[in-house]
Amino acid sequence: MGNVLIASATEVAETVNVLTDQMGVVYALIGVALATLLAGIGSAIGVGMGGRAAAGVLSEKPELFAKVLILQLLPGTQGIYGLLVAFVALGKIGILGGTRPDAQTGLLYLAACLPIAVVGLMSAIHQGKTSVASIGLLGKNPKTFGKAMLLPAMVETYAILALLVSILTVAQL
Amino acid sequence: MKDYIYEDARIRLRENDLLSGNDYEQLLAEPDYASALTFLRDKGWGDPSAAQSGEEMLRSEEKKAWDLMEELIPGSTLLDTLRLSRDYHNLKAAIKQFYTDSPLSPERLYQEGGTLPLALIRRAVEEQDFDPLPEAMQGAAREATEVLARTGDGQLCDIILDKAALEALLEAGEKAPDPVLREYAQVRMAAANIRTALRGAAGGRNLEEIQAMLVDMPELSSHALAESALGGRQAVADYLSTGAFWVLSEALRRSMSAFECACDNLLIERIRPQRNESEKPGPLAAYVIARECEIKSVRLLLSGKLNHLPEALLRENIRDSYA
Repeated sequence: MGNVLIASATEVAETVNVLTDQMGVVYALIGVALATLLAGIGSAIGVGMGGRAAAGVLSEKPELFAKVLILQLLPGTQGIYGLLVAFVALGKIGILGGTRPDAQTGLLYLAACLPIAVVGLMSAIHQGKTSVASIGLLGKNPKTFGKAMLLPAMVETYAILALLVSILTVAQL
Repeated sequence: MKDYIYEDARIRLRENDLLSGNDYEQLLAEPDYASALTFLRDKGWGDPSAAQSGEEMLRSEEKKAWDLMEELIPGSTLLDTLRLSRDYHNLKAAIKQFYTDSPLSPERLYQEGGTLPLALIRRAVEEQDFDPLPEAMQGAAREATEVLARTGDGQLCDIILDKAALEALLEAGEKAPDPVLREYAQVRMAAANIRTALRGAAGGRNLEEIQAMLVDMPELSSHALAESALGGRQAVADYLSTGAFWVLSEALRRSMSAFECACDNLLIERIRPQRNESEKPGPLAAYVIARECEIKSVRLLLSGKLNHLPEALLRENIRDSYA
């Protein structure tokens, strides 16, 4: 009876060890998924909003296509930033290269991915709204293209800051 | 929840085509009616393939505005608050035409762009079967028809239908999904109440009769308005000067046409923030209201040019531009 209990305890300990080793990758992959998903969703919403405004302007002034397209695409960068952070992380956690992290390091990867995930989501949506307003401004007065482009570009600053924090942290882990 | 990003973006560009202050100045400076029409044609007004009169041109502009709304929000009841008064106008015209055999052509009697098909209203009046009409309209239609048939008093018929129109507008404004429509209902109701009170007083009606013609509003007490109307235009202006519609009081002191202009200007001022809105339905409603006011200004200007009225008088009646 006592031998059975000791054997079971050893098995449990081994299983826990195996799981702990695996959890590092799981945590890191959750971070990768969040960076890709949230920043991507934000960009999709932002670009979608810009697209609807662009379609409205183009149905009245088709000659503004090139300018309007640039404004529509501005909120699309957050999705790319999320993807970039995800690729760097995947290259270090044993998926595309590197070594599998332990649980503690996995959590650090998760934390490192959060800035671009959350800021990417929010900034893309708000950049989309600003792009919509700028597309309206451009439609009313095509000469204001430079100013109209600068306004949504300002929102980009915060996505870039979050990208820097995420990518520098992931690179240092 | 639906957003109106596409629709608002299209409207934003159409706002460019609204007449600006400079355009009104140029229109005023035109030497005669014909050159004013040419100016409007050059601005894209009317149907370029047809030689239209001023009235035809204005009607086609009204139609263009509503056609655009139908294209942007097909089959939507969103802007019904703006169209309600046309239904009641058409009902009034149909009842009067039926009982008086008016020689005027249907184009001059009826207004397009109501929420109900004109044929439905005319059939209801001709067959004296008002059940196909909306519930709120049925009672007023029956009462007005009966009064006109019994007494032949066209003014009483107007009073019944005008009050029903105001009540419908009040209800629509309260239920309206957008603040622009609520503002519209509020300003139009206040203007109609003031107009009705003064008309009632001028027609020799007593306090109770005038009050019965009015619709109570939180911002405008029907009793106080009726009471002041008995004292004339200046007394109503005094009453207005202390309430929510104080901006109308000075114009009312000057003249009724200045008052009408001030009502439209107040509306334009209240809807102006919609020029910065890009996701809600407000800009669509604001555009229709702006066109309505613009067409009213141009109608007065053209009529003034046709009748060789002095420029100063015409200038007084030009509404503020939303553009």
